Amino acid sequence: MINTMECAVDAQSLISISLRKIHNSRTQRGGIKLHKNLLVSYVLRNARQVYMNEKYAEIYRMQQYEEVMTVCNEIQELNPLDLMEDCEEQTGDCCGSANESASLCGALLPVSHQAPSVQHIQPSSACSVPLALQNEEVCKAPDPSFYRSCCAEAYPVSNCDFSPVNNMHCNKTTVLDLDTHVVTTVENGYLHQDCCASLQQCCQGAQSPAKKRKLDFGYYVSEIEEVPDFTPCKRAKFEDSSYVSTEHLDTSNISNLISIFGSGFTGLVSRQADLEQALNGQFCSKQALASLGAWTRAIVAF
Amino acid sequence: MGCDQIDGFSASDSSWDVTWRVSFKCACVGWGGGGSSHDLTCRTWPHGTPRSSSLQASQRRPYRSFSQALKSSSAVFCVLLTATAWNCAIMASPYLSGWSKNRPPSRGEYNVYSTFQSHEPEFDYLKSLEIEEKINKIRWLPQQNAAHFLLSTNDKTIKLWKISERDKRAEGYNLKDEDGRLRDPFRITSLRVPVLMPMDLMVEASPRRIFANAHTYHINSISVNSDYETYLSADDLRINLWHLEITDRSFNIVDIKPANMEELTEVITAAECHPLQCNVFVYSSSKGTIRLCDMRAAALCDRHSKFFEEPEDPSSRSFFSEIISSISDVKFSHSGRYMMTRDYLSVKVWDLNMENRPVETYQVHEYLRSKLCSLYENDCIFDKFECCWNGTDSAIMTGSYNNFFRMFDRNTRRDITLEASRENSKPRAMLKPRKVCTGGKRKKDEISVDSLDFNKKILHTAWHPKENVIAVAATNNLYIFQDKIN
Repeated sequence: MINTMECAVDAQSLISISLRKIHNSRTQRGGIKLHKNLLVSYVLRNARQVYMNEKYAEIYRMQQYEEVMTVCNEIQELNPLDLMEDCEEQTGDCCGSANESASLCGALLPVSHQAPSVQHIQPSSACSVPLALQNEEVCKAPDPSFYRSCCAEAYPVSNCDFSPVNNMHCNKTTVLDLDTHVVTTVENGYLHQDCCASLQQCCQGAQSPAKKRKLDFGYYVSEIEEVPDFTPCKRAKFEDSSYVSTEHLDTSNISNLISIFGSGFTGLVSRQADLEQALNGQFCSKQALASLGAWTRAIVAF
Repeated sequence: MGCDQIDGFSASDSSWDVTWRVSFKCACVGWGGGGSSHDLTCRTWPHGTPRSSSLQASQRRPYRSFSQALKSSSAVFCVLLTATAWNCAIMASPYLSGWSKNRPPSRGEYNVYSTFQSHEPEFDYLKSLEIEEKINKIRWLPQQNAAHFLLSTNDKTIKLWKISERDKRAEGYNLKDEDGRLRDPFRITSLRVPVLMPMDLMVEASPRRIFANAHTYHINSISVNSDYETYLSADDLRINLWHLEITDRSFNIVDIKPANMEELTEVITAAECHPLQCNVFVYSSSKGTIRLCDMRAAALCDRHSKFFEEPEDPSSRSFFSEIISSISDVKFSHSGRYMMTRDYLSVKVWDLNMENRPVETYQVHEYLRSKLCSLYENDCIFDKFECCWNGTDSAIMTGSYNNFFRMFDRNTRRDITLEASRENSKPRAMLKPRKVCTGGKRKKDEISVDSLDFNKKILHTAWHPKENVIAVAATNNLYIFQDKIN
């Protein structure tokens, strides 16, 4: 009998429930069921999108306010009349393009509650770009390194409890393709060129790639118009027990089970003893969302 | 519902009466409960043995055995229901129930015909995976001689079983005596011709072919082709075509595995051969689409000939849209003109000539739409319901929860909900239509959505190809219902 009390249909609890299911499926008899895990990954993706959108909207509002105030305060000291227009333009610009890039990268990134403080991009290895920083960046110019690192990893640095874990990008993992029985060793941390290239192409320039992105993640945003062709790397990705190397990692890819499984939930908990705690709903999902970097590890055969 | 006359069904409330119910606790035990688990010999039911004495209840086996028992036995009845072989067994009633001639044939008495263990649990050492013995699908071959043939499959291996009867044995051998011991040649003083004497009916099941090692992923469907020579088997990403005689080779005819597994967006959920055209088959996907392929077009039928998809209604989008749109079963009509698909909440009938939308959609349990979150939590949302046509393609049937099953008449657009349960089913009792109260005041005899038992689910049903007799499998019981008019 179903509990008459409606379960919380909020994104966070769905995420933790889904994670628990995926985790349990590893130990189920008969091996991992591809179909069921694919469906669970869809739920996970949907919940994550909603969660991200909510957080993004909240952060964006805060950021917008903050920035406008900062800039306007600065220029008021100079020439109130002239620079007021600039300010508005700029904020309009920032906000406008930040809209895009934020949707682009914001969806990639975990949302940081400490957004007001500007954080530094970690050079080359991983980007830890909360939206605050992004807005600034975008206002200046698209920074290729920014985008590349965006591909690689995305996690906040300062407010992440798992920095030691997250810093371990270079993970060597062995993957087994169930069909060809080929065993390959994958070095994680830096992405394959393909993914970066396509992502870069999407990041730069026109509205439509960004909109594609947005469409992908903005399922619940009503103003999105249909874009006919999706590039493959935008789709919900899924991996099962047959694995190829994880070169085409997309950090937005919470539905990428390679990541989920590969992290072995060690990304979510620092110690084995915490595993139980980790499966507790709130804890799990918060950590999961906070430590996205841990999700991009290569999966191991199982 | 109530007392409406339902065309094609029958008078008063419902014409479906209970003809028979067998408890499966027993069959499961017979299989593997206490001692001889994984015993490949079959169990025989001697003449005139009353059911109760030969089947001893014992402790239950876990779930997988039940579903195995259920599938196997529901298939026995499916066969009996789907093949014309039924005609001889038919009368079913007198033949099956009264093994002995003395017992008067009573209408609707059934006995378990045969029980056997089809698959064993295996272990794949290379991948460190256990392969469950749970049977996923059973399909009967058209009967060509006295024996019955069926294909049964677990996750990885398909087996062809022959079920044959023996009711005579030769007596009066020269070289051996009745015990089977060889006689001393010096003791033989005369010759005689062995005579066939009747014996207690023995039903033997023997594996004739084993089709293994062709699927990397879990097999979800098998379907026998209308040429009676080939069949196809489908797993999550591939479909293979086999010849019934050849076990060491199969042809891969569909492969949807992407080069990069990360780009996987859908899997194959069911496949079926066309009942009349041996070159046509369909397969359904987890995204709610169906592809029809013609094997004459290419060796690898990755490019479909027809693509059936109903556009999604954007207003009904939810977290679980992908799950509830995944198709769990696809069945061609007997005529071959239509096909029916079952997703979580509805059944759709498609005309093969129209690809952009189904011609009919029936809501099976729309009241569950608001409960999807709970159903996701308890995993019920992943249940794979099957559906079936009646012999004339005028009605369809599918299962639901709380041991309810639903029938829809395509011509009159009437539908009925019935329950398969012990309490309501004395033999020859009439079934009362049930109704689920979706909101507002609950009327008498209605069941509220919250009091539905989601552990009691009817996933498998079968309809006799010629008569209004149905078999309904409910967890560990099998019910057979018959239309009163007959």
